[in-house]
Amino acid sequence: MIKTKTTYLVFTFLSGLVLLFLVGPLVSMLLSSTPNTLFETTREPEVIRSIWLTLWTSMAGTLLFAIGAIPFAYLLARKNFPLKRLVNSVIDLPIVIPHTAAGIALLGSISRDTWIGQAAESLGISFVGHPAGIALAMAFVSMPFLINAARDGFEAVPEKLEKAAMNLGASHWRVFISISVPLAWRNILSGLILMFARGMSEFGAVVIIAYHPMIAPVMIYERFGSFGLDYARPVAIIFILVSLLFFIVLRMISKRKAHVED
Amino acid sequence: MLKIENIDKKFKGFHLQQINLEVEQGEYFMLLGKSGSGKSLILEILAGMQKPDSGKVVLRNKEITHLDIRKRNIGLLFQDNAIFSHLSVFDNIAYPLRSKGFSKKEINRKANQLAKDFDIGHLTKRKTTNLSGGETQRVALARTLAMKPDLLLLDEPLTSLDVQLRQGIRKLLRKINRQGQTIIHVTHDHEEAILLADRVAVINQGKIIQSGTTEDVFHYPKNEFVANFTGIKNFFMTSFKPDNSQGVYLAEIKPGLSFKILQKPHNTLGSVILRCQDIILSKNKAETTAVNNFQGTIMEILPALNGFELLVDIGIRLSVLISRESLQKLNLEEGMHIWVSFKASAVRVLG
Repeated sequence: MIKTKTTYLVFTFLSGLVLLFLVGPLVSMLLSSTPNTLFETTREPEVIRSIWLTLWTSMAGTLLFAIGAIPFAYLLARKNFPLKRLVNSVIDLPIVIPHTAAGIALLGSISRDTWIGQAAESLGISFVGHPAGIALAMAFVSMPFLINAARDGFEAVPEKLEKAAMNLGASHWRVFISISVPLAWRNILSGLILMFARGMSEFGAVVIIAYHPMIAPVMIYERFGSFGLDYARPVAIIFILVSLLFFIVLRMISKRKAHVED
Repeated sequence: MLKIENIDKKFKGFHLQQINLEVEQGEYFMLLGKSGSGKSLILEILAGMQKPDSGKVVLRNKEITHLDIRKRNIGLLFQDNAIFSHLSVFDNIAYPLRSKGFSKKEINRKANQLAKDFDIGHLTKRKTTNLSGGETQRVALARTLAMKPDLLLLDEPLTSLDVQLRQGIRKLLRKINRQGQTIIHVTHDHEEAILLADRVAVINQGKIIQSGTTEDVFHYPKNEFVANFTGIKNFFMTSFKPDNSQGVYLAEIKPGLSFKILQKPHNTLGSVILRCQDIILSKNKAETTAVNNFQGTIMEILPALNGFELLVDIGIRLSVLISRESLQKLNLEEGMHIWVSFKASAVRVLG
């Protein structure tokens, strides 16, 4: 009994240290900027434009790639095919490789010298130095979060329910839309939020594809490099607050949805 | 209406062998077997969820062995009902109607009518997650029947329900069948078969052991397995010979132990059954019209549905059913010596 208590005490102490490590720097940063400076920064059009660009490019990348990623996750959950384990590892690749390297790889495929780049150019889209390129870079590094969460969600849907739906005359597509997706929705939504949040905070891959227009993480880096910590800090704080706000709201929506389902 | 011809299927170390069955239009057909006997696999093959290795399934003179699951129009009620928990009761029932592309008005009318017919009309707007077992089953049944299946397959529909609810669902199934719905019902419970089935097939280890009208199978079980499975406890393999002096026949169960029988056997080897309730117990040898009298020992006294079941050893084990009153009147206890009597006419000869 005493031993258990001691163990928990040690665990609690260690947890406290970890938590302090996570929260400490953020709180100290918040405290080291005056409300006045923060307010001034929010009035800079450049900052607002940058945060807005970060939000919408990440959202666009998430939604666009969800169209492919969700069916892909379904296939991974339901079907066995050759090299499936390899495919599963490839999906996690963006998480493990350095993101600047990911940016370089991506740039190599979508720059003006490649056929993809040229094809896009002929349609009037240029990826490099363009929001479209930013969205691609964000999606590239954040998609594993959506695919993995959605795959877990689909795996948890009993296959029997899909068979029951087919027995009742539903087509494969209808089974997917009316049974599999709604039942895996909690995981899918959580994956979408994670992908959006991860995309929004991406720096390495984006900075290779597009230094300008400047997303918030790039702007924080640029201000730090050119003008120092004091100048970068207010932008960082505002971006963190906006990100948190979005994250909390989206989480609340998904929680409420989950609660209704219960 | 439905013909299953020589179906063979190996599945997860299990072998379904040479399954042949025929089900007529409007019939209530029951597949009886223990769990793991292969009965549910037959249903899955019929519904198109499993493909047989060989053999044919013919429905209304059309071969459907390899037809797509969605095009068979064979409704399957899953053992756990497979309710769509994210949809309301109404949307569950309306599901097959939407698949078939009915108009919204038609869907409303049909789904509400079905809900009413199944006594769940007041639940249509409810979520399915907080329904009782009986209600859930009614929703699943209404949903399956909404597709107007040519054939309704039921996988152990009564197993998960308590006794009172069972009666209600049984009544409902009987009603559906009387309205012309052909049903194949899979169960391990022989009482369900007696109460519902027109015809039954007993399946064991992937093989059909016996099939026929319920009466035939229950009165003339082909072997000990079927006898035990159909609830007959006293089933014995015997050899027959005439007892010339008395004008009766003898069924020798083991050397030195024979039953006198009235019925004339057709072969020298066969089997006999003796119903538990046709056996009389007495403390002393009584002068009765019973010609079969044996002395035995009470091995076990078990409570039964109506009274008590006694296992009495007379050289072989006999199962005897008596009332509580008799048990108390004779003060019967385990280990007690007792006389066992039954009439020659009570022994039924099979083959």
